[in-house]
Amino acid sequence: MSQKIRVVIAKPGLDGHDRGAKVIARALRDAGMEVIYTGLRQTPEQIVSAALQEDADVIGLSILSGAHMHICPRVMELLKEKGLDDVQVVIGGIIPDIDIPKLNAMGIKGIFIPGTPMQQIIDFITANVRARV
Amino acid sequence: MKSVVDRAATGKARWEREVLEPTLKKSPERKGPFTTISGRPIERLYTAEDTAAIDYDREVANPGEFPYVRGIHPSGYRGKLWTMRQFAGFGTPEETNQRYKDLIAAGGTGLSVAFDLPTLMGRDPDHPLSLGEVGKCGVSIVSLKDMERLFDGIPLDDPKITTSMTINSPASMIFAMYLVVAEQHGADWKKISGTIQNDILKEFIAQKEYIFPPRQSMRLITDVFAFCAKEVPKWNTISVSGYHIREAGSTSLQELAFTLRDGLEYVQYGVDAGLDVDDFVPRLSFFFNSHSDFFEEIAKYRAARKLWAEAMKNRFGAKNPRSWQLRFHTQTAGVSLTAQQPYNNVVRTALQALAAVLGGTNSLHTNSLDEALALPTRETATIALRTQQIIAHESGVTNVVDPLGGSYFIERLTREMEEGALQYWDTIDRMGGMVEAIERGYPQKEIAEASYQFQQAVERREKTIVGVNDFVQTDEKPIEILYIDDTTADRQLERLADLKRTRDNDKVRGTLDALKAGAKGRDNTMPLLLDCVRAYATVGEMCDALREVWGEYEEVPII
Repeated sequence: MSQKIRVVIAKPGLDGHDRGAKVIARALRDAGMEVIYTGLRQTPEQIVSAALQEDADVIGLSILSGAHMHICPRVMELLKEKGLDDVQVVIGGIIPDIDIPKLNAMGIKGIFIPGTPMQQIIDFITANVRARV
Repeated sequence: MKSVVDRAATGKARWEREVLEPTLKKSPERKGPFTTISGRPIERLYTAEDTAAIDYDREVANPGEFPYVRGIHPSGYRGKLWTMRQFAGFGTPEETNQRYKDLIAAGGTGLSVAFDLPTLMGRDPDHPLSLGEVGKCGVSIVSLKDMERLFDGIPLDDPKITTSMTINSPASMIFAMYLVVAEQHGADWKKISGTIQNDILKEFIAQKEYIFPPRQSMRLITDVFAFCAKEVPKWNTISVSGYHIREAGSTSLQELAFTLRDGLEYVQYGVDAGLDVDDFVPRLSFFFNSHSDFFEEIAKYRAARKLWAEAMKNRFGAKNPRSWQLRFHTQTAGVSLTAQQPYNNVVRTALQALAAVLGGTNSLHTNSLDEALALPTRETATIALRTQQIIAHESGVTNVVDPLGGSYFIERLTREMEEGALQYWDTIDRMGGMVEAIERGYPQKEIAEASYQFQQAVERREKTIVGVNDFVQTDEKPIEILYIDDTTADRQLERLADLKRTRDNDKVRGTLDALKAGAKGRDNTMPLLLDCVRAYATVGEMCDALREVWGEYEEVPII
């Protein structure tokens, strides 16, 4: 019996559309993970500090407003600063195709657009975090 | 009458025994479940038995007659078609102004402003939380200067093109800006019409674009009611919205029940603030979603009119028929559209738009096929508008008022929706009202639960989403989308710095101080905000002044 995967689900930026964040938080919890939902309007600093305090394996960002190309680099930079490079960052929301290679290059491999089956997200996290836990 | 019921019942029982059962033995039904998208079970067949208890004259009535199930206009769309009002806004005020001119040229009959998140949240572009958000989800409006640019060359005194503004927490600030621009255009406040969304309750419930705590937010709204009753009598002071409640994952019934209960809350607060029901209720309007379950949506609109009419008459003693008549805008369901195979979204939107029209909507926005990917391009926005024009001018459904009236199924479903909503109202009334229910997290919990149940049904493939969990295509080519770069943010930041250099900053401070003093007391905030706006105070400055006095709301997240 291995330790539970710990996930921080966060809503950065000003957007309040939280259906996706809440549904995924609950689905991951039902899949046996430990889920911490930060609530709305979190700055990258607050998100990284939550990940540190909660000893998170994964940070899940929900962004639908188009601000991802500002928020993601900042989150990745802060993780590096805090020595949390091994935290897996995944993102869900409205992400145009042309941004995907740029996000991949930052180290964000799990990018989930609307309509992604929950199971696919659960499988991705399990496969990518198992090695570490 | 009883004999008719009995005959129908006997008829259906006989039919089931003699006709249906042998058929089912040979070819059974599909697995089902036969439920609406909201999970409501649907019978195989509805007959006269299902509507026999409904007293047509008293409980349905002809169009234009109380309780308006069949519509508020006696002639339906034979008189005036619904307003084709496409929600639009992105980038700078100039870019959005151009889109409005394109939409009017393409035959749009109303404007609808989408603001960016900093504007919606009362933050200037130079606030840290505005990073990456300026001009992205809508147009960036910082001060009166931007509002002047937004409506440049669009006559605000033309009664044929009215404007709706989707703004909530800072609704009175943006409304004040609109009024000053209207004045500049030479328009008479007594004659202009339009709408501000101004619906804070659904922000606490669903969309979460709140700033101030609930009770102070309600004060801003009743201030607008009182101000408009005297100064801008034709303005729609609120658009009580179910759209966002539905987008957050509610069922059709929850959307109906919570939205109308929000409406009752606003009326109650208006009455408590000393207003006469018939002085402000006629200017309340509503805004519903049109989701994919065709008949359930139509029943929802029909039930909404009845619930409102009866509540206004019986609960609040309204005497003016205009207080009884529920007018509403509809937007097709953005949440139902998919990033996969995006052209399928045109078909979804057409069906949803048809449901809204068959439900008697007064105004309509149809989403563009790229809704799940980005803000619409000029081309996709045009197809969305054409969808409405095809329904209006080619389908023939506008020839007759309430064509589905009298359908056993529709009348029965309308009744079920009404009864379900009344049960929700009872629960909320027992909590002390909608503000109290929100403070307890009641509607939030109900919606989160419904949303999760639906997602689970999709995961189990009990509910099919074409192109997503069935009929999947792996060789899709990406479509061209509207990409908003950072030049808008740079431009708006430059303009903000410039504004602060050139305006009379002492005058700005004076008007903001007066606003704070007013907010502490009981003065109507609208005249104070008009003074701030005329001095070119920014949206962020006005909201900060009120944050200083009232504080900010923070929710306890409910999963």
